Amino acid sequence: MKDKSIHVLNFIGLGFFEPAIRLAYGEEVKKNLIALFKKTLLPILAIGLFIVLWQAGASYLYNVEKDHKTEKAFETGGDAAVTAELTRIVSGESSINSLPSPGSVLDAFNSLIADHRQIKAKKVAFAEKVQATNEQREAQGLAPITYTGRPSFVDQIMTSIKTVFAGFFLALFLAVPVGIVLGLSDTLRSSFNWFIQIFKPVSPVVWFLLVYMIVKTLTLTYDGDVSFIISFIAVGLCSMWATLVNTTLGVSSVDKDYINVAKVLNLGVGQKVFKIVLPSSFPLIFTGLRITISVAWMVLIAIELLSQSPGLGTFVWEEFQNGANDSNAKIIAAMFVIGIIGFLLDRLMFTVQKFVTFTEEG
Amino acid sequence: MAYIELRNVSKSYGVGKNKTEVLSNINLTIEEGEFVAIVGFTGSGKTTLINLIAGLIMPDEGEVLFKGEPVTGPGHDRGVIFQNYSLLPWLNVGSNVGMAIKEAFRSMSKKDRKKRVEEYVEMVNLSPAINKLPKELSGGMRQRVSVTRALSMSPDVILMDEPLSALDALTRGNLQNEILNIWEKDKKTALLITNDVDEGILMADRIIPLKPGPKATLGPEYKINLERPRDKTALNSNDEYKKLRNGIIEYLIQIGEQRASKHKETYTLPSIKPQIKVRPFSKLNFG
Repeated sequence: MKDKSIHVLNFIGLGFFEPAIRLAYGEEVKKNLIALFKKTLLPILAIGLFIVLWQAGASYLYNVEKDHKTEKAFETGGDAAVTAELTRIVSGESSINSLPSPGSVLDAFNSLIADHRQIKAKKVAFAEKVQATNEQREAQGLAPITYTGRPSFVDQIMTSIKTVFAGFFLALFLAVPVGIVLGLSDTLRSSFNWFIQIFKPVSPVVWFLLVYMIVKTLTLTYDGDVSFIISFIAVGLCSMWATLVNTTLGVSSVDKDYINVAKVLNLGVGQKVFKIVLPSSFPLIFTGLRITISVAWMVLIAIELLSQSPGLGTFVWEEFQNGANDSNAKIIAAMFVIGIIGFLLDRLMFTVQKFVTFTEEG
Repeated sequence: MAYIELRNVSKSYGVGKNKTEVLSNINLTIEEGEFVAIVGFTGSGKTTLINLIAGLIMPDEGEVLFKGEPVTGPGHDRGVIFQNYSLLPWLNVGSNVGMAIKEAFRSMSKKDRKKRVEEYVEMVNLSPAINKLPKELSGGMRQRVSVTRALSMSPDVILMDEPLSALDALTRGNLQNEILNIWEKDKKTALLITNDVDEGILMADRIIPLKPGPKATLGPEYKINLERPRDKTALNSNDEYKKLRNGIIEYLIQIGEQRASKHKETYTLPSIKPQIKVRPFSKLNFG
C-alpha cells in the first residue's frame, strides 16, 4: 500500500508527498522529517509568505485609494464631506477597486460557488417544470425547450476545459501527422520550413481573427455554437506549433542505430514508421504535446474573451467590465482557478507521457 | 566461386578538404562455410567494411559481390550483429526477435512465428527474460538477444561487428563459446570483426589484419588450422596457437609503429617556472 501510493505519486509528478507518507509509516523518522521540511513545509511557508505580502500590498493600495478619496472630499466639502465619504466607503456605496485582499478573494470564490449551487437548483427546477411540455414537443417532432439562463462559474470552467481539449485534439491530429510526414521527407521539410517559421510566432489574437474570418463565412447557415467552434480552432492553431516542430525534429533525428536495424531487417515503410521511427520519437512528441496543452490553456483565456464563448476568458472580461465591488476579487479567484487547472493539465500530460515513452536505461 | 568477394573496394567520407579515405583497395574473398576474422585497431575502418558487405553503405570504387551478385542493399540473407546491440528499447526481447522473423518470413503463420521466437530465445538461454525490456537486461544478455535476432532470420552469412567488445572479460568468454556452439551446428559463413587477436584465433578459420586507416588495406592472412572444438584453456599451451598469436601481434605492433612514425613532430614546451603568489585573503580562515 505504502510503496504503491508512493510509486503512483511519483508517477503523476506529485512526488513531494513522499516523505509525508513515509513518516506516516514511521520509516527513517529523522531523514524523512528533513525531507518533509524541505519538500512540503518550505513550500507551504512560501505560500504563507506570498499571502502575507499580498495582504500587505492589498491594504497599502486600498489605503492609497481611500486617502485619495477622502482628500478629494475634503477639498470639496470639508470635514463633513470626509465623514460622509468614509461612511459611503464602509457601506460599499463608494467602491474602492484596487487589488483585492486574500480574504475578499476567498469570499468571492465562495460566493461564486454559492451562485453555482443556486443556478444548478434553478436548472433542476426548470427541467422538472418543462419535462411534460418537452415530452409533448418531442411527440410533435419539435425541439425541446432548454435552459437559457446565465451560466454559473463552474459551467464556464467546464466550457473552457471542453474548448481546451477540443483545441488540443485538433492540434494533435493536425501537428503529429504533418510532423511525421515533414520529418520523414527532407524535401518537404525544406519546402515548408518557411511556413512554420512564419506562422509559429503569430499572436493568438491574430489567429483568432483569421479563424473568425474563415469560420464566420463557412457557418452562415449554421445556428449552433459558432463561438465555441471559432475558439477551439483558434486555440488548436495557436498551440500546435510546439508539437509540429518537436514531431518533425523527433522523426528526422531517429538514432542511426535504429535506422540501421530497420535497414538490416528489411522493414517495410509502414513497419519502419510504426515500429521504429514513431516509438523512438515519442519522447520528443510528448514534450511537444505538453507544451501544446500549456500554450492552449494560456491562449484560451484571451481567445474566449474575444470570441465571447462562455468560458473563463469571458468571465474575466465581463467581471472587469462589470466593475462591481467584488469584481476584482472574482477576477483574482478566476486567476487562481486558471492557474491550478493549467497545472493539473500539465500533470495529466506528464503522466500520459510517462506511460507511453521508453527509457534507454533502467 | 567465392561466396563473398570484395574487389578493389575503396570508401571515403566527407567532401572536399575534409575528405578522408577510410578504406582503400580492399580485396577479400570468403568461401562458403568459412569463419573469417578481421583484426585491427579501433578507427581503422572495420565497421565501414562490415557496413559495405551488409549493404548499409555503397563503395565509392570497386564492387562487393555476394554469391556472385553485386550488393545493392541490406537483405535477410546477411544477418548483422552490431557492436552496441541496437535492440529497440521499447520492445521486449520476444518482440525484438519477432520483428526480424516477421519480416524474414512473411508467409509464416502467427503461431509458427511465435514458436520460432520462443525457439530462438531458448537457443541463447533467455527464455525467462522473453518478456523483459532491453533496459532490464545486462550487456551480455542484450548481445545474446542481438545474436539470436540476427540468426532467427536464417541468414546465409553472419556479419559480426565487434559483437563482444563492450562486454567484460568473463561474459565475453561465455558468449564466444555460445556463438561458436551455434555456429558449429550449421557452419554458416561468418565474418567477425574484432580488436582481440585471441578471440579471432579461438573462433575463426582465417585471420586477416586490417592496417590502420586512413586508407586502410588488408594485411597478409593467417590460416588457423587448430582443431575444433577449440578449448580456451587447452589452447594456451598449444605451440601452434602461441606461434600464431605472436606472429599476428608482432605484425600489428609493427604496422602500429609505422603509423606512429608517420607523425614524428616534436613539440617544444615553453620554459615556464611556476610562481607562487600569496592570495589576499589567504590568512582569513573560513573553514
